[in-house]
Amino acid sequence: MAERSFRKEVQKLRLGAGETFRGEGILAVTKALLQSGVGYVAGYQGAPISHLMDVLADARDILSELGVHFETSANEATAAATLAASVNYPIRGAATWKSTVGTNVASDALANLASGGVTGGALIVIGEDYGEGSSIMQERTHAFAMKSQVWLLDPRPNLPSIVSMVEKGFELSEASNTPVMLELRIRACHVHGHFVARDNVRPPFTLQEALVTPRRDTGRIVLPPASFQHEKDKIEKRWPAAVKFIAGHGLNEFFDGDAADVGIILQGGLYNGVLRALERLGLANAFGNTRVPLYVLNVTYPLIDAEVVRFCAGRRAVLLVEEGQPDYIEQNLHAILRKADVHTALSGKDVLPMAGEYTGEVLLCGLRAFLDRHAPRLLQASPAHSSVAAHPAVQALAGVVPQRPAGFCTGCPERPIFTAMKLMEKELGPLHVSADIGCHLFSILPPFNIGNTTMGYGLGGAAASAFNVEAPRKAIAIMGDGGFWHNGLTSGIGNSVFNRSDGVTLIVDNGYSAATGGQDVLSSRAANPTRSTNNPIEQAVRGVGVKQVTTITRTYDVERMRQALREALDGGQPGHKVIVAQSECMLNRQRRVKPLMKQAIQKGERVVRERFVVDPDTCTGDHACVRISGCPSLTIRPNPDPLRVDPVTHVDDSCVGCGLCGEAAHAAALCPSFMRAEIVFNPGPWEKFRNRVRTRVIRALQRQVRRRLDRYAF
Amino acid sequence: MSDPQRISIAVLAIGGQGGGVLADWLVDLAEHEGWIVQTTSVPGVAQRTGATIYYTELFRGEETGRAPVLALMPAPGDVDIVVAAELMEAGRAIQRGLVTPERTTLISSSHRAYAILEKSAMANGMADPETVHAAARVASRRYVCFDMASIAEDNGSVISASLFGALAGAAVLPFGREAFEAAIRRGGVGVESSLRAFGAACDQSQRSAGRVRREDRQGAEIPVARNPAVNALLAEIREAFPAPAHGFLVEGVRKLIDYMDIGYAHDYLRRVRSVAMLDARCDGQRREFRVTCETARYLALRMAYEDTIRVADLKTRAARFDRFRREVHAFPGQIVYVTEFLHPRVQEIADTLPAGLGRWLLDTPWASRAVDRLAGKRLVRTARLRGFMALWLIGRLGRYRRRTLRYAAEMRDIGAWLSRIEHTMLEDYDLACEVAECARVLKGYGETGERSRRSFDALMRAADALVGRPGSAARLRALHRAALQDEGGCALKAGLVELGSSVAPASVDPASADPASADPASADPASAAGA
Repeated sequence: MAERSFRKEVQKLRLGAGETFRGEGILAVTKALLQSGVGYVAGYQGAPISHLMDVLADARDILSELGVHFETSANEATAAATLAASVNYPIRGAATWKSTVGTNVASDALANLASGGVTGGALIVIGEDYGEGSSIMQERTHAFAMKSQVWLLDPRPNLPSIVSMVEKGFELSEASNTPVMLELRIRACHVHGHFVARDNVRPPFTLQEALVTPRRDTGRIVLPPASFQHEKDKIEKRWPAAVKFIAGHGLNEFFDGDAADVGIILQGGLYNGVLRALERLGLANAFGNTRVPLYVLNVTYPLIDAEVVRFCAGRRAVLLVEEGQPDYIEQNLHAILRKADVHTALSGKDVLPMAGEYTGEVLLCGLRAFLDRHAPRLLQASPAHSSVAAHPAVQALAGVVPQRPAGFCTGCPERPIFTAMKLMEKELGPLHVSADIGCHLFSILPPFNIGNTTMGYGLGGAAASAFNVEAPRKAIAIMGDGGFWHNGLTSGIGNSVFNRSDGVTLIVDNGYSAATGGQDVLSSRAANPTRSTNNPIEQAVRGVGVKQVTTITRTYDVERMRQALREALDGGQPGHKVIVAQSECMLNRQRRVKPLMKQAIQKGERVVRERFVVDPDTCTGDHACVRISGCPSLTIRPNPDPLRVDPVTHVDDSCVGCGLCGEAAHAAALCPSFMRAEIVFNPGPWEKFRNRVRTRVIRALQRQVRRRLDRYAF
Repeated sequence: MSDPQRISIAVLAIGGQGGGVLADWLVDLAEHEGWIVQTTSVPGVAQRTGATIYYTELFRGEETGRAPVLALMPAPGDVDIVVAAELMEAGRAIQRGLVTPERTTLISSSHRAYAILEKSAMANGMADPETVHAAARVASRRYVCFDMASIAEDNGSVISASLFGALAGAAVLPFGREAFEAAIRRGGVGVESSLRAFGAACDQSQRSAGRVRREDRQGAEIPVARNPAVNALLAEIREAFPAPAHGFLVEGVRKLIDYMDIGYAHDYLRRVRSVAMLDARCDGQRREFRVTCETARYLALRMAYEDTIRVADLKTRAARFDRFRREVHAFPGQIVYVTEFLHPRVQEIADTLPAGLGRWLLDTPWASRAVDRLAGKRLVRTARLRGFMALWLIGRLGRYRRRTLRYAAEMRDIGAWLSRIEHTMLEDYDLACEVAECARVLKGYGETGERSRRSFDALMRAADALVGRPGSAARLRALHRAALQDEGGCALKAGLVELGSSVAPASVDPASADPASADPASADPASAAGA
């Protein structure tokens, strides 16, 4: 089950016409899908669209009432291929994933889908993870739209606009027989807002109907000669149909202003940012009334030449606000204006940065530079805020404020794997480690600093393929259970077996697709009423021909972990070796176990809670323990010994008693300062009695020592 | 440009701190008061312990019903309130330009959640809080800062509640305290404890005087003891030692009586006295007797070396039992079992034996092997009788400590160090001070301890080579810092190589800094940067 339960939010999906929906952008999309009469939804989780998947997973009842089918796809390619149901049948389908990484994976299916075209509306909800806080490479989905000819919607980031674009997106898709992508930036996905709902619509044509009256049209299948026809069709029929629909339904928006000699063309998603910059320049008010005319591209691909020409003609200069690079739209606009012989100056990446997120500050500077060049009279009213950035007291922060790289959560079962690896590196020297995508990638950051490359989700094994050579040391490939089922079983394990690799793959099996929000995967141990779980990774690995598999069922056993790694690396039988390191994701485990523990205590059952403690008077402040752990609960505090200057280690209250501290102190023979405390709730009478006796004896002995110390105290 | 109709609030938190809860309360509060609210965040990997921002804009609703256009991210010069859930995050907000003197009220908790590079440093990697306070006073319109984490903890709640309280108390939002409290009640989770933490923080914020007090730990006042023998020692400190060293000496005497006995503390004073007398002759007065002070500090620590007896003694004390019970929040009478993770090696066992026997054990392979079987990983349950008795008895061996192998070795090393301080002082006062301070690298147990001793020995040889050279003290200081930079000793080795080529190649042996056990992973610049 997912990290967050949406049982409460799900009820919002039932809202009827006229009622107000309040909530996150991505939940509004879910509601909009149902309002559009979607027949099926497929997707692969990942920020920022994980919540869309989680909500639908929690909305079983509503979906079945409406007859909507929901698939948790194996990966993004699967999700895209699912849209095949809309190729021959008038069924609306939606797919969703994180972009651009997911779009990369999906692109094979996407290209096939776009080439043949669709009958029912096909909408792909793209969660664009770009800019601050992003965990992926910075690229544009725009390129995929262009190369496969898929229309790209980029609505203004408010709930009514987003919802309306979902509905219009399906219509556009059907009008032009082309799949449509709806791009939502990460903040738009998480924006809290409201819109007036409409009734949900049952899909007019169902998947069941399709199955009993199958249709086929070889003209939609990518094989010569149809494939050549597809390209002609794209240009001659689908494109003009799309242009007609977009222009006819006014999907792009024009906002008039009195400073008619200039104008701004912008991606819809940047509207709020641009408007705030104008407001701060004194050229707009909070309700969107602007003095500079705006042309808002809620559809960023294709551009509507006639609209562009109409907006630009007669103006002295126009600014294009286009986030990301390459500057596809800017290039396109130049071509459109030149062909139409419009002489309006076009500004864009000359006043705005070519790369990087267009934050409030960036937009403000860019707009000011544009206006300064082309309409300086407009700038008179704009006050500047004073900056303290140059003040020495502020400058001094640079050497003080520490970076906060992401890291494993408190008690994470993946941490001990890397503790073991780090200890083993001390024995064997450094190793080449091929990392993957998932929480385990945090190993590349302090304190572990383990991992040489990451080539994509599930590709940890594949990325070690070249090292399949005779050498005194082997490479280790790492994969999470998420990546394993996404494609790693074939791309990594199968590939290694087939190529007779002698290498080692370590699969981190924490029972969830943890990094994306704790969704279940095939090998999850939890019982899931709607999905098949409990399919062990070891079985799958053996199924593709691996002979040497070691499954470790408690990763916190650092010694055992280290031993397994040592054995796998030390040769033995030739052939690929797989270590499956299993322990449940602690975030999910706590969510599961904590309430149960509380209940048991209340019911009077004997419960033992464990946690770790560091003795500050034996800790010498070397922090070697931190360097092989990095647990958030293992922290430091000022040394209570007035003679010592270095802080002591300290375990804070967030400790969940995972046991790593003790295991690591043992495995690395660190120091005697760690202790595990077992706090007993509701002990039985016999235990209470024994403890009373024990405590009495101990206290008596302690008094002896204390008396001596008290005598000399000062 | 500040718009009275609109209030923009940025919350800077660390993943897992509950910044989302705070944002939810804010939305609920403002919506109930008839404002239009937009909030957004960038979760994702940042949720896993990284720094993260929640951004909220409140807009006073209008009759027209037109929706305002609100921004999705904070921009410099456009933020009215910054709430930082941790002190360094306040620093980060200032660095990002979100805090501006015309507009921004900065509300920050003064507590620290240390970043990994601060925690993993081999010495003291803690960032200086004063730098943030100073920048905050310059950058903000108003600065409200106090420990909201402990207020939350004291009230059995989480920091989001005390941050919400601080926000209410700062009176920067046009809502009454009751409105804030109502929002918490509507939230419905942990209402009572949240309200307590909210209230305490709100009160404190209204007083707004809160500022972390800097404690000066070296009080020069010399206390008085009941025991005449102890008082004699304290009197000796008062009369025979320069005032700047008094604080260290008092603590040193306290530590060594605790460690062994009065005689041992007496030995300590005798040793420092010899250094202090020389210090006085070397014009120490002018230099605030720095050599004496640092010697007093580190000699006490060196004499109270952590051997098996000491560890066993400390682990069985009543004060320690009280402390860990407090730390795990055990209620009175609740059963708490504890398990110690000990791993004595043959070396530690030999160290605790009488010197001759210990040496024989180490030099006799079959005996070592036999003992090795007894040594190794031990889980000792100190809150149960058997485990307690074992440690308690070992802890009582202190009276025999002077005969042990480790004692002999420590006293020899300490003697060498003291005489090095003394003869260096005659030629190079500042260098002598650094020699004394080098003892800071000596710490840790087992292999960590051995590694630190190798580093220390290398530093001492370097000190000998540096005597009388220009910039000697600064160079030794740099080497000292290098020794605390990475576990593998790479930085120290590099420093020694450089020194060896410029000073006396024969006397400085970089190989002795132990490159063999070099850990290339920790030589990574990222991990070294924190030192």
